[in-house]
Amino acid sequence: MTAAVELTDAAVRLGGRTIWSDVDLLVPEGEFVAILGPNGAGKSTLLNVLLGLLRLDRGRAQVLGGAPGAHNERIGYLPQRRVFDAGTRVRGVDMVRLGLDGHRWGLPLPAVGRFGARSREARERVQEAIERVGAGTYAGRPIGECSGGEQQRLLIAQALVHDPRMLILDEPLDGLDLPNQAAVAALVQGICRSAGVTVLLVAHDVNPLLPYVDRVLYLAGGHAAMGPVEEVVTSDTLSGLYGAPIEVLRTTDGRLVVVGQPEAPHLHGPRHVLR
Amino acid sequence: MNPHLTFNLVSDVHQLLAYQFMVNALQAAGIVAVTAAVVGWFMVVRAETFAGHTLSMMSFPGAAAAALAGLPLAWGYFAFCGVGALVIAGSSSRRGRPRSLGRQSAVVGMVGAGALAVGYLLLSLYGGVLESLETLLFGSIFGVTRGEVLTLAIVGVCAIAFLVVVGRPLLFASVDRSLAAAGGVPVGLLSAGFLFVLGLAVAATAQITGVLLVFALLLAPAAIARELTPRIGLGLALSVLLGLVIAWVGLGLSYFTNDPAGFFVTSIALALFAAARLARGGLAGGLRGRGAAGGRHGGGLHGLDAAGGRPDAHHGHAASLPHPAGGH
Repeated sequence: MTAAVELTDAAVRLGGRTIWSDVDLLVPEGEFVAILGPNGAGKSTLLNVLLGLLRLDRGRAQVLGGAPGAHNERIGYLPQRRVFDAGTRVRGVDMVRLGLDGHRWGLPLPAVGRFGARSREARERVQEAIERVGAGTYAGRPIGECSGGEQQRLLIAQALVHDPRMLILDEPLDGLDLPNQAAVAALVQGICRSAGVTVLLVAHDVNPLLPYVDRVLYLAGGHAAMGPVEEVVTSDTLSGLYGAPIEVLRTTDGRLVVVGQPEAPHLHGPRHVLR
Repeated sequence: MNPHLTFNLVSDVHQLLAYQFMVNALQAAGIVAVTAAVVGWFMVVRAETFAGHTLSMMSFPGAAAAALAGLPLAWGYFAFCGVGALVIAGSSSRRGRPRSLGRQSAVVGMVGAGALAVGYLLLSLYGGVLESLETLLFGSIFGVTRGEVLTLAIVGVCAIAFLVVVGRPLLFASVDRSLAAAGGVPVGLLSAGFLFVLGLAVAATAQITGVLLVFALLLAPAAIARELTPRIGLGLALSVLLGLVIAWVGLGLSYFTNDPAGFFVTSIALALFAAARLARGGLAGGLRGRGAAGGRHGGGLHGLDAAGGRPDAHHGHAASLPHPAGGH
């Protein structure tokens, strides 16, 4: 099996501060990996490295068999949660379409005449992506009028529409209610399994993902641990990462509760920059 | 023969086209209406209405400077609106940082205040009142020459050609800047380029409607179209159609009544906008009623839950703490 993502002895510095170091990461193709950790641990920084938007300070990185950024057209990326307010009068189906050809020069008009065949193919791909996420009933409405869960499904369709080999989803569950968190996690797992798409999903809370992820990468205290949930989200591993006593409790219904976790300062919290 | 409005449309149009000055006016208004409708549609999508308003104020020092230098007023309009757009673009974006509407609106406001102050100074240097101050503020559509029509046509074609080339990535960057940037769209360059084209469109429009009534042709058609449809192609087409109707009907009414064109153009725009708001309000009310009856929100979601096979063990989320934050 080939590796979709490989980091060796990687380290990143931002503004003179080392965000994380000594990170080794190997994600085989077709695996569903959750990236966990407290605010400011460098989760989004890691995604920026994989997308080639940020250079490593030390170590090597390979993404889909090339340098980071070399194969971005084969990656479906969903940036940290963007909420479209009620005034956003662009239909969901047009948003998805922008994921397919929004970066190309030209008019955002439905092509006519001799471009008919290409335009029809594009429309079919958009429709297919919308059906894969089950957004058919509301894709024709302005995206600003859709609920948070509906918007998130449409954005996943947007990331899927060019048939990527890998999905990079930055906190797709953030701001959703619990049934919607589980539904979106199940949807992402379904895409991963049925099409063999590698998925890297950044999350705050591991619990909605427990039944679906293959492995987790936990970033904390400037270091990372990777493995199955039951090996990584443990008192020992997390205490080692934080360098402070952490306790992981398991509730009777199987949920994990992390106690004693110090929140990192919000120094470079990307959510503050983006909004 | 004084023109008078009849119920015979053919005769009315015949009367409208009887004089060359009126033909010029209708052509100029048509060109400006189409340009402003297309540029205005993007302005509304990008939420840069305030920038558009401020750029229209740049026409005032532009006209005063041109008068002072003894140049055609139109040159002053284009030069000052274009430079104003570049100033706004340059100072409201910072390298590597996303666009911030808050920072942009502060810059835009200061540019507007500066424009009016400079205009006032230039006016007093000019030595008294610009004889066309009222024209500057409220437009002078009936005095348009052939040469001016040609200038407007060239500017209009350039503005629309620019948008034809960059329209799609510009829309992408407008609705979803971070994703567009990740996809390789030069978002900073596009946003500066659009502001410049907006400046040109404003300068062209201000020559027809005057500085104060620019929004009748720049904002109203696009805003009405977006009330009526969220579709992109249809919205742009509607915007252009509405712009032409507002401009030509307004001019026609002014011609037949001898009252100012700016008043009619703006009143028609306002009336159509109010009607569109009311129509959409009624429509949305009807949809909500239907949605409540059919349970449109719940259906899709639970359907997906079932398909995803969510294990029952995890139904207990709602009762538990979301995420532990700093226990000690």
